Amino acid sequence: MNNARNNNTSAPAIKMADLGRNTQQMNLAQETTSIDVQKMNLYYGKSQALKDITLQIPKQRVTAFIGPSGCGKSTLLRSFNRMNDLVDGVSIDGEVIIDNQNIYAKGVDVADLRRRVGMVFQKPNPFPKSIYENVAYGLRIQGINNKRLLDETVEWALKSAALWEETKDRLHESALGMSGGQQQRLVIARTIAIKPEILLLDEPASALDPISTLKIEELIHNLKDKFTIIIVTHNMQQAARVSDYTAFMYLGKVIEFDNTDKLFTNPSQKQTEDYITGRYG
Amino acid sequence: MANFLTTYLQSNFPYLRAKKMKINQESHSTHISQKFNQELEEIRSQLLEMGGLVEQQIHDAIQSLTEGDTQLAKAVCEKDQEVNQLQLDIDEQCTKILARRQPAASDLRLVLVVIRATADLERIGDESSKVAKATLKLAEEGSSPRGYIEARHLGNLVRKMVQDALNAFARFDTAQALAVLHEDKNVDLEYQSATRSLVTFMMEDPRAISQVMNIMWVLRSLERVGDHASNLAEYVIYLVEGQDVRYTKTEVIEAAIGQNKSSKK
Repeated sequence: MNNARNNNTSAPAIKMADLGRNTQQMNLAQETTSIDVQKMNLYYGKSQALKDITLQIPKQRVTAFIGPSGCGKSTLLRSFNRMNDLVDGVSIDGEVIIDNQNIYAKGVDVADLRRRVGMVFQKPNPFPKSIYENVAYGLRIQGINNKRLLDETVEWALKSAALWEETKDRLHESALGMSGGQQQRLVIARTIAIKPEILLLDEPASALDPISTLKIEELIHNLKDKFTIIIVTHNMQQAARVSDYTAFMYLGKVIEFDNTDKLFTNPSQKQTEDYITGRYG
Repeated sequence: MANFLTTYLQSNFPYLRAKKMKINQESHSTHISQKFNQELEEIRSQLLEMGGLVEQQIHDAIQSLTEGDTQLAKAVCEKDQEVNQLQLDIDEQCTKILARRQPAASDLRLVLVVIRATADLERIGDESSKVAKATLKLAEEGSSPRGYIEARHLGNLVRKMVQDALNAFARFDTAQALAVLHEDKNVDLEYQSATRSLVTFMMEDPRAISQVMNIMWVLRSLERVGDHASNLAEYVIYLVEGQDVRYTKTEVIEAAIGQNKSSKK
């Protein structure tokens, strides 16, 4: 009885979260930040596509962006390596800090930024070259021509992309002869060959069949020890399967950003719940 | 004025609306897919149907005991098959939903809760038929009225608990679920005092021991029913609040939920 009374007096200190046995869950607060987005706004001409985004992307984790079409998730992803610079009429304020540097500051070397922040798109886009030359391309551009170093890196990249076994006997055949799923893994190999810190994946599996999709997902899982990975996907189950953290975006805002397990079992925002459970909000 | 402005803005710009999660009975019927709505509604209503059947089983079992109605006791034992079958049916439907829909968030919690709840309801059904079997045994041995009052009293308490837990589930009512959890303490006290008085009976009249033992088993079964009802109440809290509160002290749950509510305001 005494015990019960003690519990009552300490009541205000108890939160619902304390009840759960959440000790093993990943916690955003304990992560090292890889990309620090501070109060970012982005406009396409007059229309605002991103509204006051503040977000810390954790290092060496998989972060997924989900949300309905037009919510700004691809725009946000592309702003991490300044892909939006290529679009006419874009203006951005706020900061995106990678390695203690605002990537939108004056004098930032965009080519160098894109070397550190690699990107893979929805449709596989291998170059019309051999498999080997596709993977070695980024290195050659950097002026590396040492045959041994190239060989080693190509092998490492293809192995990391789980493509080595399928391609080791045909490295010098055209990459265009590969299947869609293989091409996408080749593109990922090409991206990681230059050892970026961050890997941006924009719908990497949406043009692929289920088996290739699973291979890409397995690849993402294996790569997260080495890279910070951010994936934009329309497939919520995919986000739930591959990511450690998920951000739900809606109308240009980040509505909820949390541990993936938490977000998919007990989201704290109604809009998130409505979206992930397929309701009309 | 400020109030009017808020209302105006909220009704015209839905994303400004208070966004804090609150799940209610209607939550599961707002999916884009109507068929999904139906499927969830179906497991929900089937669970309540199973609950109603089980509740009737407890009622009949206690009545058969106190009135020495062997006919009714037999009926209770036979009906247990129906309860078992319902558990199988509902679980199968839940499995199908999991496989086909991959539900998330509150939908996922609903399916999980229904699966767990069918297991507890089925156990309550089992305990009811144990009571009914005790009735049959007592009838064979020539009934003695000892302990019947206690059994009826405890029986009514736990039947009310099951009923309240099911109502809490039907209405997504955490306050009622909490009341059920509190009630379980009364049931435990009643059980203890009833056991004590039956022990006294046995000491006074050793020839009645085998009869009184039967009543003891009945009380034990009924006390278990109360525990299963508490489980149901805990599932309701998980369903609505999203936190697993099994094996947690009622006071702690209460404090947490109370705070949760005030923080929502």
